Amino acid sequence: MDFLNAIVALTNYVVIPAMSYGSQLALGALGVTLVYGILRFSNFAHGDTMAFGAMVTILVTWLMQSVGINLGPLPTALLALPFGILGCVALVLVTDRLVYRFYREQKAKPVILVIVSMGVMFIMNGLVRFIIGPDDQRFSDGARFIISARDFKSMTGLNEGLAIKTSQGLTVVTAVVVVAVLFWFLNRTRTGKSMRAYSDNEDLALLSGINPERVVVYTWLIVAALATVAGVLYGLDKSFKPFTYFQLLLPIFASAIVGGLGSPLGAIAGGFIIAFSEVTITYAWKKVAVYLLPERFEPDGLVQLLSTDYKLAVSFVILLIVLLFRPTGIFRGKAL
Amino acid sequence: MKKLLLATAATALCAGTVYAEDVKLGILLGFTGPLESIAPDMAAAVDLAIAEANDSGIFLDGASTVSSVNADTGCVDASLAVASAERLITSDKVNGIVGGMCSGETTASLQNVALPNGMVMVSPSATSPGLTTIEDNGLFFRTSPSDARQGQVMADILNDRGIKEVAVTYTNNDYGKGLADSFQSAYEESGGKVTINTAHEDGKADYSAEVGALASAGGEVLVVAGYVDQGGAGIVNGSLDTGAFDTFMFPDGMVSDALEQNFGDMVEGSFGQHPGNDSDGGAKFNAAGEAAGFIPTNAFAPESYDAAALILLAMQAAGSTDPQVYKEKVMDVANAPGEQILPGELAKGLQILKDGGEVDFVGASAVELIGPGESAGNYREIEFKDGAMTTVGYR
Repeated sequence: MDFLNAIVALTNYVVIPAMSYGSQLALGALGVTLVYGILRFSNFAHGDTMAFGAMVTILVTWLMQSVGINLGPLPTALLALPFGILGCVALVLVTDRLVYRFYREQKAKPVILVIVSMGVMFIMNGLVRFIIGPDDQRFSDGARFIISARDFKSMTGLNEGLAIKTSQGLTVVTAVVVVAVLFWFLNRTRTGKSMRAYSDNEDLALLSGINPERVVVYTWLIVAALATVAGVLYGLDKSFKPFTYFQLLLPIFASAIVGGLGSPLGAIAGGFIIAFSEVTITYAWKKVAVYLLPERFEPDGLVQLLSTDYKLAVSFVILLIVLLFRPTGIFRGKAL
Repeated sequence: MKKLLLATAATALCAGTVYAEDVKLGILLGFTGPLESIAPDMAAAVDLAIAEANDSGIFLDGASTVSSVNADTGCVDASLAVASAERLITSDKVNGIVGGMCSGETTASLQNVALPNGMVMVSPSATSPGLTTIEDNGLFFRTSPSDARQGQVMADILNDRGIKEVAVTYTNNDYGKGLADSFQSAYEESGGKVTINTAHEDGKADYSAEVGALASAGGEVLVVAGYVDQGGAGIVNGSLDTGAFDTFMFPDGMVSDALEQNFGDMVEGSFGQHPGNDSDGGAKFNAAGEAAGFIPTNAFAPESYDAAALILLAMQAAGSTDPQVYKEKVMDVANAPGEQILPGELAKGLQILKDGGEVDFVGASAVELIGPGESAGNYREIEFKDGAMTTVGYR
């Protein structure tokens, strides 16, 4: 019984939050890694692209809610998601046409593009704040829990509760579907293959008759879709506030770099590594230890490696270690 | 040179004697900065007290009138506060200062300007425990309680409810840390146990790691020393979602209408406290404030009225506008014995003092000065019953 309690406590406070956070990071990191692999620069505007996509989705969600459209137990935001993706696609394509294409034609160095993307980041950031405001916005509806802590306790008779929020379940399921579709697209379709070819060797791809502008447009389409999905899932699970998306940029980049920039598989692995280490290292293990250890070994302290204040520092330490010992990342992406 | 000497001698002679004069009160508040939204109402409350004294026609010799001079502290800008205080004393020649507003800025202007110039400062809103022990030559008073007092009240509430073990999380700033620490020491002194005392950052979207640590440490109740529209709400949300805690204790930063609206029906049995009292003074002040055209229920407006009234009453009791003289009388007029004085009754108080009697100023916030001249602090204890915030009692 104690063993079961320990497992449930661990699942409730560590595994489930880290799974959903990891999925959101992975989706974000996939976008970053695609831009890096195919367009060859680090896109600092990615966090705010996520915020923009989520914002459009929220506005459409509110519209749907006001006219009474809903999905029953599922959040209405899922219905609004395609509109959010369309809005986000329009934004990144316009940005590419107005800003990035100019530098691409000049064959500007990646470092210049990085700085340019920072400028884009500030403009998008301002745009989102201007339209929806800097405050917290709530747009989730439908059933809040798949299973709530109280129900779980009465069902199993255990001391510990296990809560799974609808948004958490949804996040993981959506992430799996999106990743499966993405990999099928990259590996099985003609367009996907041309994108990979362009990423591997730009000149060779040009010689084989691949239209670079088409590849760029497709890349932005996918990146916008990924960003919007990640942004909406994050907003549903936590809450939507423009500033938190800006902060999300750091763990997203850490995930992409740890996994190996340019490697889609690495982005996913990196997302989960960052999420799990953030949560497990700052988790106080006392509760689990009390259940598992015999009474005389019970700890007095909290058995916490790091105070939760240092949560963000964890991703930086992992990033440093990876950059020092394996600069290409776990899955051998392109070296920075 | 001779003229100058003569003039100086004449001024020296005049000082301290009562004659018809224009008495000035400096209002040193954060008219800009993070608390700029409540400063105008605080200043209006000071002016309300001044108007009452003027209308009575018996202030000091009966011919003296009181006026106010505003000065800005920026709330978080110590150098601006010091410059403003300097200006009030040397150029405007005020006889007393109501201010400063925020704890850090108040400390700076007290130490750098008020102390060297021997000026009385009565702050309506600086609550840092640090100001309790500061060297002030008897010149500094405050009509707001120290945060240390709230920590003690929280410990009392928990002990009365028979709760022996709590987890504490606080917002990572001076207010949160000060309150959490003063609470922990008061609670542990009275035999309670704090399982964890940890900070949370405001403005984050995700508090699952914080909630996980709090849940693991355990406790019967979670004390959330945060803000209801910031991280505090995130912590409560996360705790309810994961089933980590069902019962919470809410200090003053959390008790508000927003708390009732967002969590009312989910935190049944939770409790908390915020500054408040059940004397008639509050109601009378609210009526007078609305008539005067400001919002009397805004935070620290009652304390501002009381701060100004205390200075004026102390001047009357001492028969002097010299800070060095009337500073001795501030504690006397604030506390028993004497006739109780509520808002709107300043004329009565001034008359009693004129006749040589004693007053016990109650004012809008039930002022009772303790220790080195700070308000004892009255708190309203609340509890959530059937989804609504209800008053349990006053402490």
